[in-house]
Amino acid sequence: MRQTRIARNIWLGIENLLLHKLRSFLTMLGVVFGVGSVVAMLSVGEGASKEALEQIRRLGSNNIIISSMKSAEEEATSTTHSHMSIYGLTYEDYRRLAQSFKDIQQTAPVKLMRRDSRLGDRVMELRVVGTSPEWFDLVPRQVLAGRVLLKSDQDKQAPVAVLTEFGARKILATESTIGQTIRIGSDQFEVIGIVKSESGQAGSIQIPDQDVDAYVPIEVARRYFGDIFTKRTSSGEEREKIELHQMIIQVDDPKKVEAVAAGVERMLEQYHKKKDYVVSVPLALLKQAEAMKRRFNIVLGSIAGISLLVGGIGIMNIMLASVTERTREIGIRRAIGAKRRQIVFQFLIETVVLSTMGGIIGLGVGALIPFLITYFSGMVTLMTLRGILVPLLISMAIGILFGLYPAVHAAQVDPIVALRHE
Amino acid sequence: MAKQAPSNDHQEIVRLVNARKIYQMGTEQVKALAGVNISFKKGSFWAIMGPSGSGKSTMMNILGCLDRLTSGSYYLAGQDVSQLDDDSLSEFRLRYLGFIFQSFNLIPQLTVQRNIELPLYYLGWDAKQSAERAKELAEQVGLGDRLEHRPTELSGGQMQRVAIARALANDPQVIFADEPTGNLDSATGEQILELLIKLNNLGKTIIIVTHEPDIAKRAQSRLHMLDGLIDRIEGNPE
Repeated sequence: MRQTRIARNIWLGIENLLLHKLRSFLTMLGVVFGVGSVVAMLSVGEGASKEALEQIRRLGSNNIIISSMKSAEEEATSTTHSHMSIYGLTYEDYRRLAQSFKDIQQTAPVKLMRRDSRLGDRVMELRVVGTSPEWFDLVPRQVLAGRVLLKSDQDKQAPVAVLTEFGARKILATESTIGQTIRIGSDQFEVIGIVKSESGQAGSIQIPDQDVDAYVPIEVARRYFGDIFTKRTSSGEEREKIELHQMIIQVDDPKKVEAVAAGVERMLEQYHKKKDYVVSVPLALLKQAEAMKRRFNIVLGSIAGISLLVGGIGIMNIMLASVTERTREIGIRRAIGAKRRQIVFQFLIETVVLSTMGGIIGLGVGALIPFLITYFSGMVTLMTLRGILVPLLISMAIGILFGLYPAVHAAQVDPIVALRHE
Repeated sequence: MAKQAPSNDHQEIVRLVNARKIYQMGTEQVKALAGVNISFKKGSFWAIMGPSGSGKSTMMNILGCLDRLTSGSYYLAGQDVSQLDDDSLSEFRLRYLGFIFQSFNLIPQLTVQRNIELPLYYLGWDAKQSAERAKELAEQVGLGDRLEHRPTELSGGQMQRVAIARALANDPQVIFADEPTGNLDSATGEQILELLIKLNNLGKTIIIVTHEPDIAKRAQSRLHMLDGLIDRIEGNPE
């Protein structure tokens, strides 16, 4: 009974608004654009943060990544010719790490170099990743064909390589894949598997894998390619000795990640004279990114909120005009026996209907904008249930907030005066 | 003066006891009602007359529960309504009273049916019952075929009939008519008047405010107001 009464009131409100279609529509526009911009901004914000979070997740939230980095002092002196800079992580660091922390589950050493690879007349520069079989646990990717590196490959120091999908396609083309022998640098490698890759940037760290990777056992990489790398720079050649470019550590419990990272950092400090490494913790980045996302959403939300506010004021303005225009109607209703709160309710319902309709249309507009953004700029946008419900509830709240004053104003009309009102 | 107890006479519908209504106009006090004592019998037909400023409009507003006395008492259907708050007065209007105005006062955006249903809406009737009642009333005032029309599509006489149907919707004890024929030509006015007389014959108490002696003559009794007091009573108050 009560429900049908409310439904009837809402219907009466809609009927009244339909009497002035253009006016109602124009009044609604403020809320339409307000809600539209809130929805759009939230979905852009959600999309951006989701993308960042997704990439950080791909780094592995239980992982710690230690990368070699030329120290600041080294950077300053390395301009001289024939100077060889020696820096970065060492095989010794790798051994020590694996032994000294009980919370470390697995560690993968990473040695990186770029080499031309060829099969027949097809040539492509690959990023050769010398690593251990643990890599494939720490950076889990779908195996498309064959298998990944095994302990036995390492023991036998077998010249085998696992390629990533993109590189494999370029090099192998239509040839049969597994078992094919390709040349990397000047050495022969047998292709034993192909894995998918995910490339991209997550915050300030590069995702461990790239789509032109060739994974080879680290011992093989060391024996074939050595530890000394020559880089061509504008001032000539620059030689560097780096044993390991990266180490990826997996901690058994996400709660311990940050403590282990601090421990690792302390240990490295003892053995390295210069700070020629950088420890990054995806989990810490994840937390940072989440905090950033919250701030981002608040900022975007408040900017969009201003347009909602403007929409609300527009509604209030029109409702006040409408109350004046309908003074006589209010007087008639009051004379017949309508109580003040019934008048308040009548006008409030009209405003809420108006703002909620605006909210629903705004939702449509707001859904279209992120779609267009994604379509034209390729930026990731994401509409969440929260991103839909919050603006909708806000639009209803706007109706109540900005409708209350005109409605109370309407109820204050003196029926005697109102009935004489022309 | 001691407050008089309400009459136990069940035939009485309206009683004013020493009713005063004083307006503050700037520094001046205007006594719109200066101590009125009167009682109307159930089923009577009264015309309230008087020159402008005599207090007849104030009288109407007070009797119609649209305004409150400054002092004195007003008994409506045996209940003292002079101390009631706004909500309770609304409730009294809703349950006991019906209004007819000179300018019809229909709500323009509502159909005839919706206008007639208005009191029923506030009484909480459901849609189906209200529609049936509205149809019945429209037929009673000879507008059974106009239910879906808007007031602007009707003539003055028809609009006033709709207003009468609306005033009857809540089956009121008293119907107030404020210059009900003032905006109508004499022939149409006559029809409206006959309708009111018919309702009176059916037992409704009718109180009309008018300055036209011809109209007033048709009422059972006439109350002449002057300077906020009853000047004289004519006709047959019994």
